[in-house]
Amino acid sequence: MANHYYNAEDLGKFGNVGEFQKPLADKFFSWYTEVFSEGNLSVKEKSLIALAVAHAVQCPYCIDAYSTDAFEKGWSEGQMMEAIHVASAIKGGAALVHGVQMMNKVKEIAM
Amino acid sequence: MKSLKAQQHILSDLHEQLEILQHGDKIHEYKLVPFQQKLEASGLFPLKPTQLEIFQINVGKMCNQVCRHCHVDAGPDRKEIMTRETMQQCLDILEVNDSFTTVDLTGGAPELNPDFRWFTEQLKKLNKHIIVRCNLTIIRANKKFNDLPEFFKTHNIEVVSSLPFYSKDRTDRQRGDGVFEDSIKALQMLNAVGYGLEGSGLKLNLVYNPAGAFLPPSQSGLEKEFKTALKKDFNISFHSLYAITNLPISRFLDYLLQSSNYENYMEKLLAAYNPAAAANVMCRNILSISWDGFIYDCDFNQMLDMKVDCKAKHISQFNSEELQNRNIVVNQHCFGCTAGAGSSCGGAVV
Repeated sequence: MANHYYNAEDLGKFGNVGEFQKPLADKFFSWYTEVFSEGNLSVKEKSLIALAVAHAVQCPYCIDAYSTDAFEKGWSEGQMMEAIHVASAIKGGAALVHGVQMMNKVKEIAM
Repeated sequence: MKSLKAQQHILSDLHEQLEILQHGDKIHEYKLVPFQQKLEASGLFPLKPTQLEIFQINVGKMCNQVCRHCHVDAGPDRKEIMTRETMQQCLDILEVNDSFTTVDLTGGAPELNPDFRWFTEQLKKLNKHIIVRCNLTIIRANKKFNDLPEFFKTHNIEVVSSLPFYSKDRTDRQRGDGVFEDSIKALQMLNAVGYGLEGSGLKLNLVYNPAGAFLPPSQSGLEKEFKTALKKDFNISFHSLYAITNLPISRFLDYLLQSSNYENYMEKLLAAYNPAAAANVMCRNILSISWDGFIYDCDFNQMLDMKVDCKAKHISQFNSEELQNRNIVVNQHCFGCTAGAGSSCGGAVV
């Protein structure tokens, strides 16, 4: 095994995950293709959502793929960065909102 | 910015470009699957013409713009211009070859050829459909070009114009500062005489090129976006949008090498190879004529000086039967025309 966990070339091998479990991989890729097809949301809108989510889940492969895809589809650098701020705000907010739990607990035990 | 030729850039040597396409540059050896091999696997090699319908003439490399992606390496410093004598040779061929229903005039900026108007008038007398690849800014470059929309209208010429994007930022990045604003004003001048309007019969089509090392998105989706944005922001109408892939030659090849995108871009083209697009490539129904009268399979082969593979390599030796039966010359840059939905002078091919 390589001495690092992420390798850019591995993105191109994503399709190979079917090598160990083909029926599930086939289902996943079929579903994935359907998800990113034109629907009530355009393929362009879906690409920007994917870019934001890629940052929220901090997946280097997804960030690579959807930075290219979103720019190809015509989103500007400013729009892409705003989308990432939205993802970051939700992630930050998700941490911070748990502060209410902390407050609840402290208030429960404090004199 | 000067042309690669004026800079005496290494890529102004066409052999150097072909060497890079086949083996990589001097620093990195890089070999992609040969295009010929992909065509063989698709049952398309040797690639043969279908019906010769479009006579594309490059009337000169002079241009008022110096675009970063230009496959012609055109610019104000390029002096190669087709003479009236060569134009007459083209007219003589077109007069006796009815299969060519369309004449596609390109450059450089074709309007900069001093005989451009005379030539289009003669072509019209032959009852050919004429396309002019107008870069838009030429209309506003000098007072003497301000009447081009009227001239195009008088001769019912189809206008095909590059507009890389419907925003200033992406357009100017590729084509130079101020190009977007001038292009918008030129489009408004074309609309004012009826070009691009429903029912006018005056065709105005736009061309999108990616402003970077990536492929065009879906042509139909992009056309909708262009139409909505240009109408809303500038009250501009047009007919169709052609999404064209940048081919890895000349200035775009230079950009790919300088930005270390060359190998990734070639891999991307290869991964997107589409046999259906390969079957519909434009070189199957087009002939491309250079400013000095040589014959090529397409404008890209012309810029790499890869002449047609038959005896009739110059219009002075024109032989329609030989040209109809020739094998089309291919090389690694051809991956640009077969990626995804394909790419041609008329946009996507599938």
